[in-house]
Order: sequence, then structure tokens, then C-alpha cells
Amino acid sequence: MHRGFVRAASLITLGACAPARAQAPVTAPAPAPAPPAASAAPAASSDTLSFDRPQYLSTYRRRPNPPVVIRNATLITAAGQEIANASILFRDGRIVTLGAGVQPPADAQIIDGTGKFVTPGIVDTHSHLGVYAAPGTQAESDGNEATNPVTAEVWAEHSIWPQDPQIPLAIAGGVTVMQVLPGSANLIGGRSATVRLVPARTVQDMKFPGAPYGVKMACGENPKRVYQNRGPSTRMGNMAGYRAAFIAAEQYRERWDKWLKDRKGDPPARDLRNETLAEVLRGHISVQNHCYRADEMAQMLDLAKEFGFTIRSFHHAIEGYKIADLLAANGTAASVWSDWGGFKMEAFDEILENAALLTQAGARAVIHTDDPNGIQRMNQDMAKAYYAGVRAGIPLTRDQAFRWITANPAWVLGIDQWTGTLESGKMADIVLWSGDPFSVYSKAEKVWNEGWLVFDRLDLKHQYKTDFNIGQTAPGVGR
Amino acid sequence: MNTLRLVSRAALVFGLAVPAVPLPAQTIAITGGTVYPVSGPKLVNATIVIEAGRIKAIGANVPVPAGATRVDATGKWITPGLIHANANAGLGVAGLNGQQEGGVQGEVNPSFNPAEGIDPAALTVPIARTGGITGGLLLPGGAFFPGQVPAVNFAGDRMDDMLVKKNAALVLDLSDNSKGAGGGSRAGTMSRIRRLFNDAQEYARRRPEFLKGNIQPLSAPAGELEALLPMLRGEEPLAIVANRRIDMANALRLKQEFKLHIVIYGAVEGWQMAKELAAAAVPVIIEPNRDIPSFDGLGARLDNGTLLREGGVEVIIAQGDPGGERNLRYAAGNAVRNGMSWDDALKAITQNPATAFGLSDYGTLERGKVANLVVWSGDPFEFSSAAEKVYIRGVETSLRTRETELRDKYRKLPPN
Repeated sequence: MHRGFVRAASLITLGACAPARAQAPVTAPAPAPAPPAASAAPAASSDTLSFDRPQYLSTYRRRPNPPVVIRNATLITAAGQEIANASILFRDGRIVTLGAGVQPPADAQIIDGTGKFVTPGIVDTHSHLGVYAAPGTQAESDGNEATNPVTAEVWAEHSIWPQDPQIPLAIAGGVTVMQVLPGSANLIGGRSATVRLVPARTVQDMKFPGAPYGVKMACGENPKRVYQNRGPSTRMGNMAGYRAAFIAAEQYRERWDKWLKDRKGDPPARDLRNETLAEVLRGHISVQNHCYRADEMAQMLDLAKEFGFTIRSFHHAIEGYKIADLLAANGTAASVWSDWGGFKMEAFDEILENAALLTQAGARAVIHTDDPNGIQRMNQDMAKAYYAGVRAGIPLTRDQAFRWITANPAWVLGIDQWTGTLESGKMADIVLWSGDPFSVYSKAEKVWNEGWLVFDRLDLKHQYKTDFNIGQTAPGVGR
Repeated sequence: MNTLRLVSRAALVFGLAVPAVPLPAQTIAITGGTVYPVSGPKLVNATIVIEAGRIKAIGANVPVPAGATRVDATGKWITPGLIHANANAGLGVAGLNGQQEGGVQGEVNPSFNPAEGIDPAALTVPIARTGGITGGLLLPGGAFFPGQVPAVNFAGDRMDDMLVKKNAALVLDLSDNSKGAGGGSRAGTMSRIRRLFNDAQEYARRRPEFLKGNIQPLSAPAGELEALLPMLRGEEPLAIVANRRIDMANALRLKQEFKLHIVIYGAVEGWQMAKELAAAAVPVIIEPNRDIPSFDGLGARLDNGTLLREGGVEVIIAQGDPGGERNLRYAAGNAVRNGMSWDDALKAITQNPATAFGLSDYGTLERGKVANLVVWSGDPFEFSSAAEKVYIRGVETSLRTRETELRDKYRKLPPN
């Protein structure tokens, strides 16, 4: 949310949604599982789905690229190591090897990384790019289906505009993957989409193959404000609303599971709202929960227990630090900001050390943005939160902090087996930084998305423009 | 609560003159630091002597007066206190929705000044100080003519202690926000402005006839027209919010027609106007990270400030990111990231805002200036650095905030 000059008298944001939180890698992360074939189709588990037809499949295809070796750089792996004077080789969209003794293949493009840093591509768990697209007119305000407190039936991907000019700006900040969420007007706002940030004509061309869906849920002030006249109008009303929705979903799931066992007779009627929630109950769709206050997060954890699902991440989690132990015990991540807070009552208790204290308690901390400007500088938000923790005497490593914007958000999106760290076999989602990404002065210089060079600050050929950007002129200025 | 304070609050309510707040008597000598005075080149291993709230002496070979409190700043960076040209801290007890004090309803409010909504106990004030911000211009909110801009220091027990200049500027919004005020078109907005300005001048010339009702009705109440007069006499800057190139061109037209002293807020497409802005000696206030295109600025780009500087424009940096105004120093750092020189970026958050708004005692570290200064652990633009000591009017201020107290309460779980 950009405040801009001259404030509106009363600013209410619905876009601002949910908190998530990340975890301190106390132990080395598990080795990456075998990567899927490039551009694998979404994981199919049709034996348990309430439908039996393909739906809105990803058409994303990796671009073929020559092998690349970056030499003499500092690698922040987000897998436990920061390695100086090292090299990394990637080819066919995968990281082949990294470290001190990398031998470049004969056909490799060699990049000198002296004085530069290499990191995994950044992952944002909380974005509204494409659903609240620039230039920000009402005509493209497509993020909140604020017509009913429960709209689990809507899918964010059906709103995403691939020509949103904010997308190339985020790519220039080193972001390779984001979760696009519906807004927070509703108790249950709809399905999220996990997309690669690549030039594309259709959202299907951006969808991350194999990434599970998430569902957006929202606590607190936003739903009860939006629906105050028809309800819910209180926090207890919010809770009753979630419970009623999941009670209906349980019955729907039972009907379908019974039919799926022998497939005799006509299948039960499909209902999109319950279909999404039944998939939550089956564990196929992750819960992404906008929730600021500690006490409300504890209520939501109990709600999840009542219906037998888990919450993957709280989003915004302003008060995550107050219940870091509870979040760690539940394995629920917290997506947080470094210093955005105080703008409404449920954001009143924001502190700068939130991510650091969560990490110290063994919870999984994530730095997220919920902001089209913030997503362009996620390394800066990470650095702010890191140094705030260090100044407060909280033990942290730089590699741990970098996990807040890479490995941990990849876990929240269920894609950490493929991306989020620099390790052999992982997808080549890679950023070359002009300098230390913990410095305000550093910029992403080159960004590879599964090996595809989607941004090169030094080469206009690799700085794509959306259609919206085309044809805009500045008469008489010549640039 | 002492009686004096009650008396002075009463004085304020009834609009009586409030006596100037005396400067503190303590003498302080800050030694050993690298000083960036902004008014000149950096001074290595320099001493700054503060006396009676002002800088008594500054330089490499300045003796420490007997009895002075010594502060060792070896290895530290020292800059003037930062001045935020788009500040909000102190307006309302907190930054919450519903607690703002910065705006009133209506379109033509040049007489409105938010100063009496300033709360010295506001939670946002010490938070601003943690970012090295010692002063700011408190911009009123709203469209068209939202009101006057008070300039404040971010320390003091009473509003009067904080106030540096009550009417530092008058705001006019020429952006998309104000199209409605012109009936739906920018040309209509311009025409309404000209009528207001002409009426104010007419009112000034013919006050007695106005009071007798002998002149045709004017386009605003007398009090509002009166509030335009210092600006129309060129004594008070008109701070014009303008982002599109055509809005800046209109602002320059108003400047020329009415011989105004203007500064421009926003200037998203300023880089397209650098030559004209420089020729008219108009300073601009930009947010360096503003690069998302909208129909109030399709030409938004990150190197706006750099290109404006290259064109010879005086640039002031403000910040609008969600983390709040404490992040002003990072906005300056990002301007450097996007090509501006480090010295220009520091000047853009110290000397330039002071000059543009007529705060002649502030913005640089020079003998005789008010001692607003910050001792930093390192480069103030870097995330790795922190403001370690913040002096306002020569007094070290607290950097404890509600945030740091919450942190300390919950450092160990469960909390005590």
C-alpha cells in the first residue's frame, strides 16, 4: 500500500491480508527430493478428488538455455551455507553443482561474479499482483469477491491479468515465484495460485507445475467490517462462519468419498465452494490464513484441529512473536513484514524483531509483502528484519535470514522440493546480485527462472515490457 | 502535572501568544566522529560543541570547553537530524485508522492548520526518532486546498515545544484527487484556483467594502481567502501536489501568473520536466521507490530523482513505504541505489527541506544552527546501521518505543 502524498482522510485496506511465518533452520534442511520432469503436469490424485476432469492446467514450459557458470561469487545457499569465491553451474533448468571446484562445460556461458552474490530466486507467499493490477483502476480491482463471507469457490487465477505492469518490476527485484491470493474481505476468500514470474500471455503459462493450491482465509477486522450489516459483525461471528462452512464441507466430502469408493450410480452434485473446502480437509489444499493477533491465531489453530486440517501459514502475523512457541509446536509458518504495522488495531503490536524471535523459537518465519512496491525489494525487508534481530542480540545467521524469503516461503507454497535453495538438483531459480543483498545499494543484476534469463539489468533485450507499458511516450525528453 | 503546563494549554486554547520555549543550558562535546555537516565536506575526527541548544563550534581542532559533557563518537558517523518533508508522526496519538488529525472535510480549507492536533505523547514520535528523524513537515490530508503545513521538531512536552514554524507552507493538490473540485476536469480545477486567488486579492484590496457587503460574493469565506494572502504575497511557499507532467506544467503557470514561491510534491513524471523545473528554481519532493504506473503518473520510474538532479533540480526525498517515516533514510539509500550521489541524497533529507520551507536554523551542522543531530553506528542509509544518539535542540532524546518494550516483554516465552 503506497500512501502517497496527501493522505486520504480514512484509509481502509482490504488488500492487506494474512500473516505467515517462517522457521529457524536449526538443523540442515532435508536434501532435495528428485526434481520432477520439467513442466510436469499438476500432481493428479483423482481418486480422492470431487471431480474427474482436468482443470485449468499449467501450460508453462521452461525455455531452453545454454549452461551457465557464475564464477568467483559469494553464494548464499539458504541451505545452511554462505560460500565465498565459489562457482555455480546450472543447465537444462537445474542446478548441477556449486562450490569451489566447478569445472565449466565447454558450451557454458561464463559469468564473472567477482564482488557479486548469488542466491536462490525470491519467493513471495503473499501477493496480489495481477488481481489488483496497475494502473489501479476500479476496472481491474479483481481481488475480493466481497459478495459473501465464504467464497471458497473463486480461484485467484481466474482474475490474474498477466499484463500487469507490476510483474516485470517484481522480476527486477529477484522474485521468481509468488502466491497470488484473493483479498481479505471474506472469511474464506478463495483459492490462491502459485505462479512463476515470467513473461506470459496467459496465467496458465505462469502456473507453477505441480504446486498445490492454497485457500485464503481471513481473521479479524476485515471480514467483520465488510459484512457488519449482514454478519459476521464480530470475531465470534467470524468463527461461527468458518465452522459452518467446514461442517458443510465435511458432509460434502463424505458424500463424495462414499461415491468414489465404488463409483456406483450417479455422482453427487458438484459444488465448487465445498469442493475447495473438501480438498482442504483431505490435505490437498493448504490453508493460507490472514491473521494478525496472537489470540486469534490460537483460535484458528483450534478450528483446524476441530476439522482435522492444518494451517500452512498465518499471513501478516503481527503478533506471531507472542506465540512463537505455539506456532513452532504446530508446524505453522508465519509470514510477516519487517516493520509494517500500527495502521489498525489488530496491527498495533508490530515489532521489528518479529521474524527474528520466531526463528529463535524454532518457528518457520517468512518475510512476505502483500504490496506491489515491497515485492520489488524483498531482500531489503529481509535485511531490515535481520539487523533488527542482530541488534537485539537474537542469534541469527545471514543464511537463516535469507531463508525467510526463499526456502521458507517455498515450504509454505509446497514447492520446497524444487526451489528455494541453491543445491544440486534444485530448479535453477537464481539471482545474481550486484553486491551484498543485505545492502540497500545492491540490485538484482540477472534473474534466471528455471534457467530462463528473465531479467538482465545490463541488457535491454532481457527487460520485457508488458503490453500496458508499450507506446507510452515522453514528448521532447528523448528517453 | 504542573500548573504551568495547565496554564499554557489554556493559553493555547484561547489562541493567546505562547512564550518561546527556552533552549536547554547544558554544554555537550561530541568528539572523535566523522561528521557530515552537509554544508561542506566531511570532517574526520571532529568535535562538535553544543551549548544552549545550538552548535557553538564544529571542526577538527575545536577545544572541549571545561565542564562540558563529553560524548565519545569514535568510529561513528554524525549527520544533521533528518527532516521528513511528508511527515505524519505526532498527528494523532497513534497511526491507527480513525486516530488521524491531519485533515478536515471540504475542499477549500487554506485556514486549516493541523497543529492543534499534534500530540507530543503520540507513539509515532519516538518511532520517527529511531530513524534519525528530528523534524518534519506535517502535511494536512484531503483534496484541493487541504490546509497549512506546520514544521515541527520531534521532541517536546507540549505542542509549542515541538512547533518550529506554524505555517511553513500551504498545500494545493493538483493531482487526480482534485479533478472533482474542478467539476471533473483539470482545466476546471485551474479556473477555480484562479478565481480563488483573484478573489483573495480583491478581498485584500477592498476589505472595508467586503465587510459592508458592497462587493459581489466571493468564492470562499473571508477567513479562507485571508489564509491565502501570505502565499499570494510570496511570503509562504505553496506546496503543490502534482505528479503528471501536465500538472507540473500547470503548477509552473500558476507560479508565473501569480508570482508564487512553489515547491512540488510527488513529481512522479518530474524527470520529463527537469529543464523547466530547474529554470524556474522549483524544488521537488519525491519518493524514490515510486515506480508503479498509474493514470496519475504513467511515466513513473526509479531513477526519477537522479534525472532531476542531472537536470539541475533541487530534490527533496520523502518516503511513503508501509514501514513508516522512520524509513526515510532507506528511501535516501534507495535513491543512491538508483543513481543519485550519496551526498545529494543526504542533502535531500536535511538541508534541502530546511531551505525549501524556510527553516533557516536547521538542516546543516554549522556554528549557530539548532543542535539537531544524529550519531549513527555507520552509514545512515544502510540497514546494518542504527541511530545511536539523537539530539534535538541540543538534548539527547529517548529511543525507547512501544515496540522495544513489547519486544523485551516477549523475548522469553511465556512472558513474565
